[in-house]
Amino acid sequence: MTVSETDIPALPVEAGDPLLDLLNGFIAELRAVGIPASLTENLDAMEAVKHVPLTDRDTFKYALAATLVKNQAHWKAFETVFEVYFSLRGAQYEIAATDLEDADAADGEIAAEGDRGSAGDMLSPEELAEMLYRALMRGDAEMLRAAAREAVRRYAGMEPGRPVGGTYYLYRTLRNLDLEGVLERLMEAEQHTEGDVDDFDLRLRRDEFELRIAELKRQIEAEIRRRLVADRGVEAMAKTLRKPLPSDIDFMHASREEMASLRKAIYPLTRKLAARLVRKRRHGRAGPLDFRSTVRHSLSYGGVPVEPKFRHPRPHKPDIMVVADVSGSVAAFARFTLHLVYAISSQFSKVRSFVFIDGLDEVTSFFEGTDDIAEAVHRVNTEADVVWVDGHSDYGHALGVFWDNYADDVGPRTTVLILGDARNNYHAPESWIVKAVRQKARHVFWLNPEPRSYWDTGDSIVGEYAPHCDGVFEVRNLRQLEAFVDRLA
Amino acid sequence: MSHRFTDVDAVREDLSKVDYLCDPGLAGVVYLADRLDKPVLVEGPAGTGKTQLAKSVAEMTGSRLIRLQCYEGLDEAKALYEWNYKKQLLRIQTERDADVAWDDISDDIFSDEFLLARPLLEAIRAADPIVLLIDEVDRVEVETEALLLEILSEYQVSIPELGTMEALQVPLVFLTSNNTRELSEALKRRCLYLHIDYPSMEREKEIVLAKVPDIAESLADQVARVVRSIRRLELKKPPSVSETLDWARTLVLLGVQHVDAGVAAETVNILLKYQSDIAKANKELATVDGLDA
Repeated sequence: MTVSETDIPALPVEAGDPLLDLLNGFIAELRAVGIPASLTENLDAMEAVKHVPLTDRDTFKYALAATLVKNQAHWKAFETVFEVYFSLRGAQYEIAATDLEDADAADGEIAAEGDRGSAGDMLSPEELAEMLYRALMRGDAEMLRAAAREAVRRYAGMEPGRPVGGTYYLYRTLRNLDLEGVLERLMEAEQHTEGDVDDFDLRLRRDEFELRIAELKRQIEAEIRRRLVADRGVEAMAKTLRKPLPSDIDFMHASREEMASLRKAIYPLTRKLAARLVRKRRHGRAGPLDFRSTVRHSLSYGGVPVEPKFRHPRPHKPDIMVVADVSGSVAAFARFTLHLVYAISSQFSKVRSFVFIDGLDEVTSFFEGTDDIAEAVHRVNTEADVVWVDGHSDYGHALGVFWDNYADDVGPRTTVLILGDARNNYHAPESWIVKAVRQKARHVFWLNPEPRSYWDTGDSIVGEYAPHCDGVFEVRNLRQLEAFVDRLA
Repeated sequence: MSHRFTDVDAVREDLSKVDYLCDPGLAGVVYLADRLDKPVLVEGPAGTGKTQLAKSVAEMTGSRLIRLQCYEGLDEAKALYEWNYKKQLLRIQTERDADVAWDDISDDIFSDEFLLARPLLEAIRAADPIVLLIDEVDRVEVETEALLLEILSEYQVSIPELGTMEALQVPLVFLTSNNTRELSEALKRRCLYLHIDYPSMEREKEIVLAKVPDIAESLADQVARVVRSIRRLELKKPPSVSETLDWARTLVLLGVQHVDAGVAAETVNILLKYQSDIAKANKELATVDGLDA
């Protein structure tokens, strides 16, 4: 088990080495994405790659990851950069001028797999669909990869040198493959082939197929990325293909996949935030000087105040009222904010929440007595009565309803958070309500999920409300949201 | 300095010999930890075998495992070293009548004899090969983390009265964290990072087969499939590997050959610990339509 250093052929990494240059570019790109790779970590990575065989791509990848990426949330971003910088390159990945290219390795495998013509022929759409179906049915990884490669060649319509990102090609490929239909077909086959399958079995198989299809999508994405990089070079593509870290994903423009990663990211985030706030409370122990007590204790030292005494601090626990716009594009933002506020609700003495579009409804009860915040948020979306006339945002009317029904509950300990983009569809702003609420409340904060440069453009009227708030904040991603909530508690 | 492992594959094979089945990534990080003499910070959900990794590495290398369990309020005296105060007092008292110079006594009572080595000091003073496990490092306060920095980067401990003690051998160090708070940058920078996630379906099946005696392969396969489906749901606490094993053992004891909806509903409380999770899982698994539908 014990071996000496000399047994292992170490890879010399020296200045001017192409590998070193590539690694430098790679690390620069990681930093550009937002992964904090420090200088020492950089050196560790250089050291680490000396010890692993470069031919083993997986081990190489993990060696880099172990030294450079110290946060699981950054993994996906790292992986994308890695794929761009260290992708397999070669003639077979180039984008062919015509799609009818010579046989490559993929075709060879396909031909060996079945009874379809000679290796040089292009598969017909039906044959490709059949191959895909069989690959998914059997869960054959090799065949799936070949199918993905073929699908990209056929459907993505990639043209050399065209400056588009991968998403467009991905969309084109997936649209042509009709994976929903394939799934239905797979399930149908499962239902009919074997006699004694019950619903439970079917459910498990469906999960299996869904995962295989997800794998296929990943393969297709990887294939497109490989071809793009082969075509336009590493530097150009690294920027285009850059994936934001979960905490940097914009609430308003998150794709479905990004939403999923946001939902996943919010759990650890709330847990950490809660832990930090508890600690903050406990450590900020010293209150103001207690003069009376200090004098009393100084008596035992002959009147010299040797031991200053401090008052027990009374940490301020605010009442929170969240008033959130849940229309269309800002709904996701409202959801995450509600989620975060309720997850740390123990830091507040009371949390009440209201949602509105043009009408307004209190949803506090949805969150009470349940420990599944995601479920409660879902109920807010489906059950709350927020539409008054047409279901287009009307801040003026919604605030009016708030004022009429709940203004009495706003007291000097209340912090009111208003969430929304203030796109009022040219209704009356009724900004006097915000002013009046502020006079009764401790603080009124407005959180806007739009970039600051869009404020007060078009029908956005943040400017009307802003003078009456204690602060208006741009909160576009989890990072900003966390920072705000941290300050609040 | 000699090394413990020849290459990555050897690590993986040796680990599987002690019944720890792992991915190439994990084996690679363990291998690098040995080559670069760096500690490994292991993160991941509870019950995925973080602590077990350290134990298994100790077993496969034939090293002694020294474990430091972290908790809130852990301090130097519990983690590094402490002076044996009572023994020092005794020493002073026995010397009281004799005519001994002050310098002699003070030199004497701050010597090795009066030092109580705690896990960290013990790990670097040992002459035999050591695997040091610092368990649940996220439980200590941020300030206490600093205690670890010297030993993690230099493999030495400075004791004001005695000077700096350097390691006789470089121990393999594993730190585990359940990620309840962000560890300091300084600590992270000194470590290799390894995230252990739930295993893939195939890997989990192998683990079940290796750890549960007398289980039929078809049942193990089903167990792994059901657990994978359950983990896809959004739960408060997804089932861990150890819970999977408990469930598999239960099924074997009950003499179940084939898991169907009924059996799953009756025994799912072994996998899931929250009522809301159990309700959700039962509801989900009763429908044929998948999550994406």
